[in-house]
Amino acid sequence: MYSQGLRDSKAGDESPELLEAFQKRIDAEEKIEPRDWMPQAYRKTLIRQISQHAHSEIVGQLPEANWVTRAPTLKRKLILLAKIQDEAGHGLYLYSAAETLGESRHQMYQDLLSGKAKYSSIFNYPTLNWADAGAVGWLVDGAAIMNQVALCRTSYGPYSRAMVRICKEESFHQRQGYDIMIKMANGTPEQKAMAQDALNRTWWPSLMMFGPSDKDSTHSNQSMKWKIKRFSNDDLRQKFIDATVPQAEYLGLTIPDKNLKYNKKTGHYDFSEIIWDELFDVIKGNGPCNQQRMDARNKAYDDGAWVREAAAAYAEKQQNNKEVA
Amino acid sequence: MKLYEVFIRAKAGLSHKHVGSVHASDAQMAMQNARDLYTRREEGESIWVVDSSQIISSNPADKAAYFEPAEDKIYRHPSFYPFDKEVKNI
Amino acid sequence: MSAVYNYVLNLGDNTLILGQRLSEWCGVGPFLEEDLALTNTSLDIIGQAKMLLEYAAKLKNDTQSADDLAFMRDQHQFKNVLLVEQPNGDYSQTMLRQYFMDVYHVHLYSALSNSSNQQLAGIAAKSLKEVTYHLERSQLWIKRMAHGSTESFNRLQTSLNKLWHYHHELFEETKELSQLVVQGIAANPKELHKKWDTEVKTLMATTPLEIPQTGWKATGGRIGHHSEYLGKMLCEMQFLQRAYPGCEW
Repeated sequence: MYSQGLRDSKAGDESPELLEAFQKRIDAEEKIEPRDWMPQAYRKTLIRQISQHAHSEIVGQLPEANWVTRAPTLKRKLILLAKIQDEAGHGLYLYSAAETLGESRHQMYQDLLSGKAKYSSIFNYPTLNWADAGAVGWLVDGAAIMNQVALCRTSYGPYSRAMVRICKEESFHQRQGYDIMIKMANGTPEQKAMAQDALNRTWWPSLMMFGPSDKDSTHSNQSMKWKIKRFSNDDLRQKFIDATVPQAEYLGLTIPDKNLKYNKKTGHYDFSEIIWDELFDVIKGNGPCNQQRMDARNKAYDDGAWVREAAAAYAEKQQNNKEVA
Repeated sequence: MKLYEVFIRAKAGLSHKHVGSVHASDAQMAMQNARDLYTRREEGESIWVVDSSQIISSNPADKAAYFEPAEDKIYRHPSFYPFDKEVKNI
Repeated sequence: MSAVYNYVLNLGDNTLILGQRLSEWCGVGPFLEEDLALTNTSLDIIGQAKMLLEYAAKLKNDTQSADDLAFMRDQHQFKNVLLVEQPNGDYSQTMLRQYFMDVYHVHLYSALSNSSNQQLAGIAAKSLKEVTYHLERSQLWIKRMAHGSTESFNRLQTSLNKLWHYHHELFEETKELSQLVVQGIAANPKELHKKWDTEVKTLMATTPLEIPQTGWKATGGRIGHHSEYLGKMLCEMQFLQRAYPGCEW
């Protein structure tokens, strides 16, 4: 079987020789493929990271779907639908990659529904006005792209291939978001106020998407060594800020940070300390929409149970009929 | 739901290429799901879906025995036969 | 207003309202692959609505847009059949409504591909490809639910009892429409009805489903007499354009 990666290596198999040979392959920029030998911790880290990423795409459908039925024009409705649909698609590419590591999608999904698995904290914030549909595309997808471009070169083959596919599709997401922001920022005073309000609420949570500061990140070092991650959280965050500030200026909107300033010496923007307690609190489940998002996913799953059962029952009957005939 | 592997041919003249997998209760649904997931941007003109459990894959442990013996058969490659520049069109 | 305008508006509103209903499923489908597939359907159908309403707007006058028609009319000005504005219900109800509309659209667009009206013929030819695929999907779901489990059969039968009475309205005849048929512009509703009936009943006959024999028949969409559902649906759909008129989005 291709997809169900075999768990060839038992915990006891991890001799220093095997580990060293594995690290050599990584250092030589060789890709690791599903049935290759890999340390258990590598497998586990990947399953955790890829499934979290997949969950984020799936939960991430909800804040934007909040505006689909209220999109202001037919064109915007079509674009937003296509965009949210892409998120579901990206979730599927990622589950598909994670399944090659021997974890079933069913199990991963159960972990999401039970609250055991995490997803990006950004989706626990509400989308309160139409400009949020723009800000999500511009900032949230913009931040995601920074991460994802870096992950296209990740060491695990199926993950890297999924990321390449996702990156190709994602830049449309950011551009359509910025396109909404341009219209709103240059529109009536009410529209401009919506745009500023959306930026005010989305800015800090977007910066938190890159994860804790490098000095507090628990998984970073080993992941860098295995080339699962290729850039540090802080580097990517800085890169995002540097790219985004001029875009906000172009819109004539104000980024909600008094200390944001270009630093000629470093060539980067300085910014205020992030309030990390908020991030950790939202991750723990105490964000404004955690409960709502989980309820929505659980309801969809429960409501769909009879549909999935019917499909399975029908398939089985068809199979039996074939065997009889 | 069963797992199916999906192969897409981007255009006539190319071979089908593995692109990922879908879940489906039967083959017909697998085909439709593959179409809806993997060809949203005109990525293909032909799809194969294969029940994952039906794929027979070589074992990485056999890599040395399977693939390395080809390494020293350099006489299979055209560059093994250098000629003088005077010899043309060969 | 011209007869062609009324006709195009009827087709455009059917697709707009159906597409809007389908978009409510975005993100909460019964499983991920199906969520994505149904969104493809709603993208196609809203795309058809956009083409039809753009054409309708052009027929009306040059200053109106498809968005004006979609977002600035009140419910009594909508011409869609009552079937498409009915709530999604459970997945059997959504899929049965979809199946009814897919069979209708396949025959409608097949006929309209040969319309003497070039714009309509063009829209129909493009849309026919889309609805052919929609029908392949919805038909399979009807089979799956009809033969699947006891629960899925019961749910589908309940939906059939509810929705059957809404299909007649798709084939209503009016004097105005008859003239368009004579001119080779519109599809003949009698013929469409016959084809629809044969196709749907043939599929139903392969299942244990029972078609309800008697009952009220929905009507009124053409003259703007809708169910209560439409007004509320429009409140949501039109909110931004109504609250902030004249903006660019």
